[in-house]
Amino acid sequence: MRFLPLVFVALAAAAFFVFPYDLAFLTRILIMIVLVLSVDLILGYAGVPTLGQAAMYGAGAYAAGLFAIHVWADPVAGLIIGGLAGAALAFVSGLIVMRTHGLTAIMLTIAVAQICLEIANRARDITGGAEGLRGIRMEPVLGLFAFDFIGQTGYWYALIVVCVVFAALAVIGRAPFGMSLRGIHESRDRMLAIGAPVYWRLVLAYTLGGAVAGIGGALAAQITQLVSLETLSFTLSAEALIMLILGGTGRLYGAVIGTVLFMTVHHLAAANDPFNWLFVIGGMVLAMVFFLPSGLISLGHALKGGRK
Amino acid sequence: MTGLEVRGLSKRFGGLVVSENIDFDLKPGDRKALIGPNGAGKSTFANLVTGILAPSGGEIRLDGRDISRMGEAHRVKLGIAKTFQITTLFPRLTVRDNIRMPILEREGRGYRLLRRADGEAGIEAEVQSLIDQFELGDLADKPVRDLAYGQQRLVEMALTLALKPRILILDEPAAGVPSSETSLITRAIERLPQDLAVLIIEHDMDLVFRVARKIVVLVQGRILTEGTPSEIAANAQVRELYLGGGHD
Repeated sequence: MRFLPLVFVALAAAAFFVFPYDLAFLTRILIMIVLVLSVDLILGYAGVPTLGQAAMYGAGAYAAGLFAIHVWADPVAGLIIGGLAGAALAFVSGLIVMRTHGLTAIMLTIAVAQICLEIANRARDITGGAEGLRGIRMEPVLGLFAFDFIGQTGYWYALIVVCVVFAALAVIGRAPFGMSLRGIHESRDRMLAIGAPVYWRLVLAYTLGGAVAGIGGALAAQITQLVSLETLSFTLSAEALIMLILGGTGRLYGAVIGTVLFMTVHHLAAANDPFNWLFVIGGMVLAMVFFLPSGLISLGHALKGGRK
Repeated sequence: MTGLEVRGLSKRFGGLVVSENIDFDLKPGDRKALIGPNGAGKSTFANLVTGILAPSGGEIRLDGRDISRMGEAHRVKLGIAKTFQITTLFPRLTVRDNIRMPILEREGRGYRLLRRADGEAGIEAEVQSLIDQFELGDLADKPVRDLAYGQQRLVEMALTLALKPRILILDEPAAGVPSSETSLITRAIERLPQDLAVLIIEHDMDLVFRVARKIVVLVQGRILTEGTPSEIAANAQVRELYLGGGHD
């Protein structure tokens, strides 16, 4: 397991050279990985299901886009702004969502994303509404690497962000805070009985997840130079959740594997059969839920006949 | 005074009175057992003391300080800890991780994001000493769900003790434990720190009579009587009401 991150980075670097004409698609995968990792922090670590992570992703995208247009087009500063926007929205909504459990919590996460979508839709003068936010022109990354129209800079930039986010979440997962989230996931009653402030831990986890999603959104805004209402859509939230479950929750690798698998199958199936590709996706999800309920990361264990 | 003082404690759920006017003391070093038939309100009493339930009336004092309205987390910080009637652990985490969790909370490490949870030598030493105390050495790195139930009970006691409580409430520590493993539990209770105030809620009379120095009998939410094990064993009312009722 120790070498797995290096293997991923090596594969991602190899992909750059093997598929030079698919960089836009590969970059979309990387951006999506950031969003799915944020869901893994909330669902995989803390055990709180969410179907509204697009709210924070969209908030980060719009914040970074607006910041680039009106204030400063520096990419790294934009990422920070996007992360802060996602964190702020997650903190405020988390104060309410984390007071509830289960279905109620899921409904609230959906509601928050829908409200954000409607606000972005109505505030046409600021967000561009259904037209999308246009006119984002980024400066070179760190003042050195200009974005090119083939997407080479964008690809490496996104890959580095994925690595940083992955490493940060891995560190948090092993730290006392991450352990306490696993504790809440395993037994909320036991955490309460040892005096842990469960509610505030979850609010903080949700806020951190929001920051990560916001960074993902900012990345998308900077690289595609466009923010559309789709960034706040329910579909995006749901797909992020499906990708995570496909890969397996709670270990970060699952988020990476699930996203790559889902998006690749989606890409190929949609290219081969633009009308029926959803059948392929549906079949894949069904098969996974039946045969590998703990996700692709449990494949090795399942083949050996072990427990998840 | 030091220790736990309960005065006139009552709890009603709607019209149902489950605790009525309970007076109860627990001092450092005490080994008290709370017994009574099913539905007598034993677990309710434990939940009132730990703060899971709010009382309808009366007072709970710890070292003279009124804690009746305090939340569960706050009472844990003051030193009241409890094991559950049904083992409540972190099933997929290892024994070591389970025992470390309360220490991290007790030491206020819960918001740390960067250092490894298992990176502090002092905390690891404390985890190890609890593992040794409860003879869990061979199992330390297994997930607790892979342990036998009796062993899980021991992990729960170790985890609770890791909070360094002054008042320890054991809610049916032997419930669900096969009789072949009950001696493990008894031995662990006998080895608890001497100055700890321990309240044991238990059905297993062998265990109660082995470890308790005082027994409180609760019937229909009221305290029927309190006495030493021999006094309780000799009490005709208790025998009739409780021990006589099908106890072998």
